[in-house]
Amino acid sequence: MTRILVTGVSSFWGGRLARALEADERVETIIGVSPEDPTMELERTEFVRVGTQHALLRRIVQAAEIDTVIDSRLVVDSVQASPRDAHEINVIGTMNILAACGGYGGQSSPVRKVIFKSSAHYYGCERDDPAFFTEAMQRPHPPRTRLESDIVEAESAVRGFAERNKDVTVTVLRFANGLGPELRTSHGDLLSLPAVPCILGFDPRYQFVHEDDIVGVLEHAVAHELPGTYNVAGDGVLVLSEVASLLGRPLAPVLPPWGTGLATRALRATGVRIPEEVAQQLRFGRGLDNRKLKAAGFSLRYTTREAVAKFAEDLRVRALRQDGGAPYRYEREVEEFLRYSPSVRRRGEAAREESAG
Amino acid sequence: MSAPKELPAPSDRLKAHLPAIEADRQVTDWGRSERIEGLMDRTVYDWLYHYWFRCEVEGIENVPSSGGALLVSNHSGALPPDAAMILKAIKEEHSRPRPLHLTVEHFFKGYPGFSMLVAKIGGVPAHPANVHRLLADEEQLVLVFPEGRKGTEKLYKDRYKLRRFGRGGFVEAAMRAKAPIVPVAVVGAEEAMPIFAHMSALQRLTGLLYFPITPTFPHLGLAGFVGYLPAKFKIRFLEPVRTDDMGEEPWLDRGLIQTVADEIRARVQEELIDMLAHRRSVWFG
Repeated sequence: MTRILVTGVSSFWGGRLARALEADERVETIIGVSPEDPTMELERTEFVRVGTQHALLRRIVQAAEIDTVIDSRLVVDSVQASPRDAHEINVIGTMNILAACGGYGGQSSPVRKVIFKSSAHYYGCERDDPAFFTEAMQRPHPPRTRLESDIVEAESAVRGFAERNKDVTVTVLRFANGLGPELRTSHGDLLSLPAVPCILGFDPRYQFVHEDDIVGVLEHAVAHELPGTYNVAGDGVLVLSEVASLLGRPLAPVLPPWGTGLATRALRATGVRIPEEVAQQLRFGRGLDNRKLKAAGFSLRYTTREAVAKFAEDLRVRALRQDGGAPYRYEREVEEFLRYSPSVRRRGEAAREESAG
Repeated sequence: MSAPKELPAPSDRLKAHLPAIEADRQVTDWGRSERIEGLMDRTVYDWLYHYWFRCEVEGIENVPSSGGALLVSNHSGALPPDAAMILKAIKEEHSRPRPLHLTVEHFFKGYPGFSMLVAKIGGVPAHPANVHRLLADEEQLVLVFPEGRKGTEKLYKDRYKLRRFGRGGFVEAAMRAKAPIVPVAVVGAEEAMPIFAHMSALQRLTGLLYFPITPTFPHLGLAGFVGYLPAKFKIRFLEPVRTDDMGEEPWLDRGLIQTVADEIRARVQEELIDMLAHRRSVWFG
């Protein structure tokens, strides 16, 4: 039986993961923490509104005897937060969470496993990159953007934690760009435009991972022992022109090869945001070697091509879907009523009663 | 090659986990496009190979028909036609033609236009990890020019004098992959587009690797860039050098790497001298 703490449960990844874990009977307890309300309906996950204050987190970890911590709150898209907030979340937040996972004042910690969701931005995107990054490789140049240097710093904190706590299984998962109908990223936004923007004279290599695989890998890491670092990316690397043709959209070389930074700033006035790390990918592209993950027993459901094709299917019907039901809103009173009121007949109990009767 | 020297440990265990080939795709994971390569082949290479350079090939049987192999050739000409002709030679003459991956400078990945085209026609940045993956994991043919830029920017007066063969990185890559090295000697490329001088001011202005003065460039503009003279091409594939019988982890022995690199360089140079001695005319062979 596992007792799990999921940080950043209000994020897409955290929410989807918590929902997937709820279905797993081997998981005894799931506690979700986040400074914001969950954005997805959760059944048996207990939500605690708390930031990354390590003293508070440690109390939760100790009191609930958490043995597995999944840190899914890293900001990997500079559209999601301002550089200052991203630094706070990625670097300071990671430090605090690791502090809460470790022993304190002679008291040992119940945590036996830490799963850290990182990003392929760790490797950056440069001209001198290898075509396929393996986990052992270092980036050839120092980080170029603040987001990248934050991710590098957060990972080095995790590595330090792993060295100090040899008895804790530490899994670092470096995800390629995620893609899926529910996931909102700046790449997803760019690919949803009527034409796919690109830099004139460049056709970068891209690798995506479908949102189901993202959740699947995190679940796999909970159920199995995966010490070390793993790249998570779909099989196959597409060039951007292939991606555009799968989406059935034309490529629009709106960005000039020189002065790209100025052009992205000008584009922002039209509502198209291309952050620095995305511009780097549009220029040089990136490929990951995912064989270590596959050797560890995880089989990805979608290749890069299938993930893009799936995304294309969703794009075609997105307009129809948007009129459907109101988005989920977290209301503490309603949630607590649903969970704890004796009047509510829960699904599991109902089934048990039926079989007994 | 100024890339970081960190290579993944050779592992047979991971070979089984290479991504499967998706039949619907026309572009490989390296960005190589069947369609564009085929188009180049039908229009440019075919004509250059058969009519313009009238390529003559010897020793094609030295190119192994299975497994990874590293082809090592001399390099010359402002916009080198030698790589394309070696690729075409394998396609035309070999009993079991296989795609050939050309290692190119990282520069091409960073320069607009080239960045799109070079990868599509089989160029792969010359990173040790790329060469290793192609040779050991995917068991492909890889062509390297150890002279690199020093070869292509040399002037007409220095023709057929081989430059230093890098730092022996290509030998190390072959050893790690346990792949044979096939030396290749090419005669004709030096005369196809001779460089008389370099203009460093214009090179800095355009950000190109070099800005040469050739018989047609720059006074004929961009068209002059591909204006080759009709020199007779001779390509000779030499006996492969095995690297799998050099003991355990031979790549740790820097001395051995340098020795093998120098031997291969000497063999190519000897072969070039021999071919030049038998050549009666630059244009007719």
